[in-house]
Amino acid sequence: MDALDLARWQFGITTVYHFLFVPLTIGLSAIVAILQTAWHRTGKVEYLRATRFLGKLFLINFAMGVVTGIVQEFQFGMNWSSYSTFVGDVFGAPLAMEALLAFFLESTFIGLWIFGWDRLPRRIHLACIWIVAIGTNFSAYFIIAANAWMRHPVGFTVDETTGRARLTDIWAVLTNDQAWSTYLHVVSGAFIAAGLFVVAVSAVKLMRARWPRRSTDAVPHPSEHGLFRKTLRLGLAVTAIAGALVVFSGDHQAKLMAQYEPMKLAGAEALWEDEQGAGFSLFAVGDIREGRNHINVQVPNVLSFLATGDFQGDVQGINDVQQRFEQQFGPGDYRPDIAVLYWSFRLMMGLGLAGVGIGVLGLWLTRRRRLPEHRWMYRVAILGLPAALAANVFGWILTEMGRQPWTVVGELLTAASVSPGVSLTEVAISLSTFTLLYAALAVVELKLLLRYVAAGAAAVMPYPPDDSDVPAAREREDDRVPAFVY
Amino acid sequence: MDLQTIWFLAIAVLWTGYFVLEGFDFGVGMLLPVIGRDDTDRRVMINSIGPVWDGNEVWLITAIGATFAAFPAWYGSMLSGFYVPFLAIVLALIVRGVAFEYRGKVDDDRWRRRWDVAIVVGSTVPALAWGLIFANLLRGLPMGENHVVDAGLADMLSPYALLGALVTGSLFLLHGAVFLSLKTDGPVRVLARAVALRAAVVAVPALVGFLGTTLAHRPTGWTLPVAVIAVVTLVVGAGLAGRGREGWAFASTAVSVLGTSVVIFGSMFPVLIPSTTDPALSLTVAGAASGEYTLVVMSWIALVLLPFVIGYQAWSYWVFRRRVTRAHIAPAH
Ligand code: HDD
Ligand code: HEM
Ligand code: HEM
Repeated sequence: MDALDLARWQFGITTVYHFLFVPLTIGLSAIVAILQTAWHRTGKVEYLRATRFLGKLFLINFAMGVVTGIVQEFQFGMNWSSYSTFVGDVFGAPLAMEALLAFFLESTFIGLWIFGWDRLPRRIHLACIWIVAIGTNFSAYFIIAANAWMRHPVGFTVDETTGRARLTDIWAVLTNDQAWSTYLHVVSGAFIAAGLFVVAVSAVKLMRARWPRRSTDAVPHPSEHGLFRKTLRLGLAVTAIAGALVVFSGDHQAKLMAQYEPMKLAGAEALWEDEQGAGFSLFAVGDIREGRNHINVQVPNVLSFLATGDFQGDVQGINDVQQRFEQQFGPGDYRPDIAVLYWSFRLMMGLGLAGVGIGVLGLWLTRRRRLPEHRWMYRVAILGLPAALAANVFGWILTEMGRQPWTVVGELLTAASVSPGVSLTEVAISLSTFTLLYAALAVVELKLLLRYVAAGAAAVMPYPPDDSDVPAAREREDDRVPAFVY
Repeated sequence: MDLQTIWFLAIAVLWTGYFVLEGFDFGVGMLLPVIGRDDTDRRVMINSIGPVWDGNEVWLITAIGATFAAFPAWYGSMLSGFYVPFLAIVLALIVRGVAFEYRGKVDDDRWRRRWDVAIVVGSTVPALAWGLIFANLLRGLPMGENHVVDAGLADMLSPYALLGALVTGSLFLLHGAVFLSLKTDGPVRVLARAVALRAAVVAVPALVGFLGTTLAHRPTGWTLPVAVIAVVTLVVGAGLAGRGREGWAFASTAVSVLGTSVVIFGSMFPVLIPSTTDPALSLTVAGAASGEYTLVVMSWIALVLLPFVIGYQAWSYWVFRRRVTRAHIAPAH
């Protein structure tokens, strides 16, 4: 165990953690904005209540996304200073653009949205949440362009004297095909997770109303039923649409991977030798040292199609890529952890597509104001949320661990990226404090979310006593109480 | 002026914006137990910075991001060199951010008291650490080949660095007290004025000592008048707050923070991290900078975007210009 290993663990843990909140922020900001627009257009209080209820959950999540993002930015310098010095010229520009263009927008307008309910004209207040939603998407684009550059470096040269990368074409970095393809895939994955978040919350509420846990459970207001049926449908629809996009963009990702990172694809498929008309592996048990599989259940020719668009296409195998890399870069082991790649790929697709399935089936089951009759169906819908988050995480594990042993493919090895002056003890301290703090915050955040879900829509915006849900005077009074102050 | 110098200036501007803006919200956080005598008062205080603290913090994120882009070697050496202080800052900013958002979400005294501790610690630690770090950047650190800083915590705790920590800590506290007197009404406002006067007793001598040592150690010729302005505006700011001229008082303390930051960056140029091992190994602006092309690209981006950022942030301060009072605080929910 040395500082490098711990720094890698820390990067993995903290980034995965950041990315539990990020997809929800990306998707929920847009969903909340859609609901608020619906209220603005129709004037129905139901939509305002849904906006505030989901808005509250969104904010609880947003706070965690922000504070865990700060760690990411500092971590590059603290643990990976050699890497930072090498890439800063290229990588820093999108990162600085992210801060200037996206984070300022997000943080300022989220403040205006939270505190502006009673201060801003309605249209402007609505614009604030849309600006937040657009800001989060900008921020995703820039950081992904930076990350895509590490997998497919373009628009730069390496300076002879300093040995650092020098940016030569910012446009090439920002329009990198790996960048926009990854962006589409990540954002659609994010909308799947956020859609299923709304589905899970609505399913919990509908299930509890129908099958109360205890007779003492407070009886929800009758109009909550209609509200959560609507949000359930909205969540299902978002998931289904994003599902179509994720498959389309995932297919493109696989093709780029075959082109730019053949080792990653070979690893993800446990394909040891170059092959024409390669099959898609469903289940394999292999031996990494011997470089072959003992068992491999395959669907013929599908891998070739996924990688090249041709059922007879050529797919490179691990052993052959290893040999080619040795010729190109000198002796060394250029194989990432095959088992991790293989299973991450399957878990990403399996769990994610199961979530998409819930979206599509759910839309069918809830057509024409129907709701599922069976309790297990609600339970399955609730499980869609952890499945989608896990799919996102496994996708990143595939991407990042598949890039090993490189941090910048063909240019910089991970082993050469770490800070030379930082000791094992220092990294050990930061790794353990982050892990402990993150674990504690996860418990707090989960408790808060559950508490607000249990309290329901009435807790963020009480129903009027006489059961009528329309009076305009009421609504104006609700508006005046700032719903979100600290 | 060449592009590298312009980018050094741009980064100085970002840090200065950060110190002026987050300086007062750190101050408000530190004063929570001093001025907030019951829960409603504490909520008045927190709500006075509620809409703006995250936007203020993004000045830091941008300063660090711009350093990464324009001076990669500075970014790498500084963050890895000050490993423990930066770790402390990041941990503090995490608990502080979460505390602001979560404190009011459960109606329970114990819950709120715990988050109050997080706010106080989360504001105090970075307020002190920034002074420590920048004093060390001025004073220099053991640093070898390839700009690898080789300093233990002991190297960073010189009297000068500790004085630096005291300066940022007390300056931000005073700035925060003046901000509270400007942005709140009722008991918080009254107490904040008194605290501002008392804080000046520590902040003014500390600032005089720190700026004096800095000028003697890294003389430049033009930083002296700026240092005098920084001290005078601090005295004036505390005095005006005591008299109830809060708008002017806040402008004064803001100028004081700004002046202090200008002296720090003015004295630093053009050596970003002096090496006490061998002056020839020091990290300079020229040695740390990115290529010409990157700096041109970044200049256009900043030139186009920064005016918008300043515009909409100013607008958000305008929207929330009213004083926060106890009457604004809805019952806990
Ligand atoms: C709900 C989320 C989700 C779902 C259902 C899928 N993915 Fe995915 N996938 C991601 C979420 C994700 C991700 C977390 O967003 C990743 C990580 C980095 C990235 O580009 O997106 C990812 C990465 C990723 C990569 C690696 C890219 C690289 O390293 O260059 C490939 C090849 C695919 N995906 C392909 C697919 C295919 C063929 C899918 C199904 C048809 C699929 N993904 C479903
Ligand atoms: C948010 C989604 C991301 C996740 C979940 C993620 C996950 C990971 C994981 C698990 C590792 C450890 C790999 C290993 O040890 O083998 C890693 C490494 C790394 N990732 Fe990412 N990553 C993400 C995004 C990014 C982005 C956007 C960047 C760059 C901007 C990046 C840069 C790096 C670097 C520099 C390492 C170096 C350490 C190493 O390779 O071991 N990652 N990441
Ligand atoms: C490893 C590289 C990353 C770095 C350095 C980074 C940096 C940051 C920082 C500093 C923040 C806080 C901003 C604030 O205070 O308002 C943040 C939040 C955010 N980040 Fe990341 N991030 C990384 C990975 C990612 C990825 C891969 C995505 C998207 C795909 C992403 C999307 C976001 C979004 C949408 C936010 C807004 C708030 C929230 O997430 O809840 N980040 N990030």
